[in-house]
Amino acid sequence: MIVEQVAQHWAITLFVLAVFGLCAFMIGAASLLGGRAWGHKKDTPYESGIVPAGDAHQRFSVKFYLVAMLFVIFDVEALYLFAWAVSVRESGWAGFVEASIFIIVLLVGLVYLNRIGALTWAPRKRIKRETEKT
Amino acid sequence: MSWLSPLAVDIIIAVLKAIVILLVAVVAGAFLSFVERRLLALWQDRYGPNRVGPFGSLQLAADMLKMFFKEDWIPSFADKKLFVLAPAIALGSLLLSFMIIPITPTWGVADLNIGILFFFAMAGINVYAVLFAGYSSANKYALLGAMRASAQTLSYEVFMGLSLMGIVAMTGSFNMRDIVNAQTDVWFIIPQFFGFCTFIIAGIAVTHRAPFDQPEAEQELADGYHVEYSGMKWGMFFVGEYVGVVLISALIATLFFGGWHGPLLPPFIWFLLKTCFFIMLFVLIRAALARPRYDAVMNFGWKFCLPLTLLNLLATGAVILLHASATT
Repeated sequence: MIVEQVAQHWAITLFVLAVFGLCAFMIGAASLLGGRAWGHKKDTPYESGIVPAGDAHQRFSVKFYLVAMLFVIFDVEALYLFAWAVSVRESGWAGFVEASIFIIVLLVGLVYLNRIGALTWAPRKRIKRETEKT
Repeated sequence: MSWLSPLAVDIIIAVLKAIVILLVAVVAGAFLSFVERRLLALWQDRYGPNRVGPFGSLQLAADMLKMFFKEDWIPSFADKKLFVLAPAIALGSLLLSFMIIPITPTWGVADLNIGILFFFAMAGINVYAVLFAGYSSANKYALLGAMRASAQTLSYEVFMGLSLMGIVAMTGSFNMRDIVNAQTDVWFIIPQFFGFCTFIIAGIAVTHRAPFDQPEAEQELADGYHVEYSGMKWGMFFVGEYVGVVLISALIATLFFGGWHGPLLPPFIWFLLKTCFFIMLFVLIRAALARPRYDAVMNFGWKFCLPLTLLNLLATGAVILLHASATT
């Protein structure tokens, strides 16, 4: 058993090193082999032929930050459930009741987020139009 | 030959197996670029690449040569370190995940107890590739594509983990070999049907394949986060995407369709057949479905799939406990 584990550790180490080596080779070899060319407008960002205006690092919708926060909340919750899932039989019905309370609280949280519009991505105009229709 | 002790022989065999698995994964991912074009062409009544070699089978070699000899251009306005790092992460993180896949009873790199969790960790790291690529390119299309891609991937990763927890609860272990061995009698697709549906959706979304390819939408973002990439770095994003397809197919085959289990044929052939079937399904989905609107994708993930996986996990737990109390 020990022999197998030692062999496995070697295999894992070599696998990881081989993956790093492969990535390094693909980037290194391509940079050595590639040609060089010079062009008048080469050093401009590609924007479908339009001359770029302003900096690329501009502001974007706050919705994206919101998704990051929601991800942290719900993924941490998922981690607790991982721990429960792997020990369902050991923790028994008491664990089940606790897990269901936890999940219900989360679902209530999800419903709340939906009610305050945190999960709505459509522009405000379209939401208004669609609510007027129904 | 005194150094050739049994331990050394074991180590050499294990290392050789690991290297073979890695090479097969890379070559399968790269070859998929040709297979996908041929399959798409078949379903769209065209020929696809058919000039290089018999039936176009050497197209991959031609593409490789071309990409290696392209100019390796790093834009002067880009953040150079991140720009070079991003494609390496895109390819490397997915290749590392192949470590945990048990191919046959004797083949497989690592028999880790954390098993699936290692895949989740690597899928999490893969998000950085997209973010780094989009941010370092200093290009508006790239940044928008990266923001879309990471928001979408994060949303779908939340329930990707949960969709597999039903399986973990039934097996009582994260270990991939334990999961495969638990499927000798019945494949997990039957008791965990909702888990399967949500996992395949999350898998497509995490590899950003069609119909979840808004981050790369050619028509509006001109290829999204890798718009400034060229040559082999671009190729690494591309191969990374295909390696992701092979990986998700192999995971679906292992987790839901019994891995190497099957009658008559040897274990390796069963694993290969199942994996190839799901790769084909990925291409078929791309050929058949149109791209939905971005807000529809986000809504579907948060409002439908996430509650579904939570309820699925709860129901699975209840059934396991009922079964356990009925037998004792």
